Amino acid sequence: MQVYLDNNATTMLDPKALEAMMPYLSELYGNPNSLHKFGTKTHPGIRRAIDQVYAGIGATDNDDIVFTSCATEANNWVLKSVWADLMQHGDKNHIVTTEVEHPSILATCHYLEEQCGVKVTYLPVNEEGVVEAHTVKSFITDRTALVSIMWANNETGMIFPIKEISDICKEKGVLFHTDAVQAVGKIPVNVKEFDIAFMSFSAHKFHGPKGVGALYIKNSRKLTPLLHGGDQMGGRRSGTLNVAGIVGMGEALEIATTNIEEKMASIAKIRNRIEDELLKLEDVFVVGNRANRTPNTILISVRGVEGEGMLWDLNNALIGASTGSACASESLEGNTVMLAIGADNELAHTGMRLSLSRFTTEEEADYVIEAFKKGVARLRQISSSYAKVQPTAGGEVRECELHHH
Amino acid sequence: MAKNDILGESLWDAYSNKVTTLMNNPQHQGEITQEEAEGHGNKLIVADFGAESCGDAVRLYWEIDPKDDRIVNSKFKSFGCGTAIASSDVMTELCIGKTVQEAVKITNIDVEFALRDTPDVAAVPPQKMHCSVMAYDVIKKAAGLYLGVDEASFEEEIIVCECARVSLNTLKEVIRINDLTTVEQITDYTKAGGFCKSCIKPGGHEDREYYLVDILADTRKEIDQEKMAKAADAGQKGDFNTMTLVQKIKAIDAVVDENIRQFLVMDGGDMEVIDVKSSDENIDVYIRYLGACNGCSSSSTGTLYAIEAALKEKLSNKIRVLPI
Repeated sequence: MQVYLDNNATTMLDPKALEAMMPYLSELYGNPNSLHKFGTKTHPGIRRAIDQVYAGIGATDNDDIVFTSCATEANNWVLKSVWADLMQHGDKNHIVTTEVEHPSILATCHYLEEQCGVKVTYLPVNEEGVVEAHTVKSFITDRTALVSIMWANNETGMIFPIKEISDICKEKGVLFHTDAVQAVGKIPVNVKEFDIAFMSFSAHKFHGPKGVGALYIKNSRKLTPLLHGGDQMGGRRSGTLNVAGIVGMGEALEIATTNIEEKMASIAKIRNRIEDELLKLEDVFVVGNRANRTPNTILISVRGVEGEGMLWDLNNALIGASTGSACASESLEGNTVMLAIGADNELAHTGMRLSLSRFTTEEEADYVIEAFKKGVARLRQISSSYAKVQPTAGGEVRECELHHH
Repeated sequence: MAKNDILGESLWDAYSNKVTTLMNNPQHQGEITQEEAEGHGNKLIVADFGAESCGDAVRLYWEIDPKDDRIVNSKFKSFGCGTAIASSDVMTELCIGKTVQEAVKITNIDVEFALRDTPDVAAVPPQKMHCSVMAYDVIKKAAGLYLGVDEASFEEEIIVCECARVSLNTLKEVIRINDLTTVEQITDYTKAGGFCKSCIKPGGHEDREYYLVDILADTRKEIDQEKMAKAADAGQKGDFNTMTLVQKIKAIDAVVDENIRQFLVMDGGDMEVIDVKSSDENIDVYIRYLGACNGCSSSSTGTLYAIEAALKEKLSNKIRVLPI
């Protein structure tokens, strides 16, 4: 058996979405901006996808949803263009975001700090892994142009208080952007209920194709384009439309958001079973309470077992999972989210993320539970943390002091 | 970036078969108890290095025959990724059969080398090189415990990165052997600068005596100077005429560095080589004076003769120096 448990990284393309895309990958190849029939024949499919995406996030007809190549593009677009529109020549110079955003937000903020002199505040998360709304409020100043805070976190699945944050931004008259990549298609997202100026999301996180994302823009607000060119999508984002991608995104979002509560419940049921079983192991803990977490995610820490070592054993059992810990990534720091929630340093390298999808089965869950326990047993047997014979006097460890900012 | 970097290498696929095999099935994983060691009339030494908070920790067990200081058995316990476990395993393998005094000479490079499938292909990709760094340190520690001396006595070394315990000499050696040009590469290879980052450059969390940026700059400078000196040596052997333009300029620079520049700098000036043109009769070296040399009366007389004389002596008597 092989089991894919890395759905926060990317998901399987839903076969129905693929089916909807197929004509646009073969006979319906026209450019939608052409005048002839080859071009216009693609319009019904695109229109249907636009309807599906608007319905999927609850956007109104006055709003724009602009298709992009990915959420990274959408995030770059918002940050760089808010700078161009409000900060470059205006009196604003400040962005508020969090320490646990996706790299497409953090790296862009660093770029704006270094190249454009923008001031950026990176808010910490509490021990539940969530940014608190009152913290956001206290850091907004007269010069704040934008607050950019994710809807749900990719590593922990923790859902942030978007309603409160959007209310605060409205009250303070500050633009609010949310990276909703981990929320759209996983939990109900209805932009009508919030004062969200911009929202980024991505098709391949909800069983759509890779290479297509979107930026929701409330009330068609002005935002300087990131990509200039042939004025596609009303000039907001140039570049020939990714017709098949857009069609696939629409179909996938419609499927994901239809009866979303039922889908959430059935994913959560399997997730909870895995989590309950793994919590029976000694010295393990899971980050964040379930009620406030996307239904598919578990970030588990296993004392004495290094994250990448565990990934290795799971991979040998044909299970794909992930870790943000040192060895797997280029950075040698511990998992930033684990450190941010105040886990002691020892555990910062023991984080393992299991992220399910609606395609994950009970049988797969059984298999994963067994393989996981086996891996933990093997690696703890090797682990120095579980060694019985203690060091010769004087041979103890010199504590490794980690310094974090 | 180039074609091969566009997708990038799959980390685990770049491991040698030995790393994979030992991670899956380490040969010397386990513990040696006091009773076992004493039962054989031997001494047990157990040393820890690293910590879970660093992302890697290893505990090394040595059973030593006190008659000849020979390590008759060795085991390990390790918290870490696949490479950390595999390198710990090979480290114990390398210790067995050696005397403590011999074992102290085992380096991280030996450990990495022992993990290779073929001698000329690295066992792990660069960003994983740091996983074998601990071998060296834990062996020193165990040896210090056994011999009753401070482990520092094995290394009259300056530790630059306290977190990863990487010494100045190791850093210089790694920069030289691998021709490293960035601090990021140093971190990939040695782990230095990967943790608190204080040792990367001034202004970090703690003040340090040495910083990676300076060590890198100094070592690169040394490497360049050696290259120049080499070029100059080649020139002395009469090869100057056959050098490429770049080699010629480097050789000239080397001679100027050794014989001339200090005097120019003392007077607040300097010079640079602009071009070298060779004809059958002459080799014309075009130079430009900088700073105080510019417009100094001696620059077209005494100083110029001195430069020309030095170049003639060291490189070729066909050289003429022309300031522009």
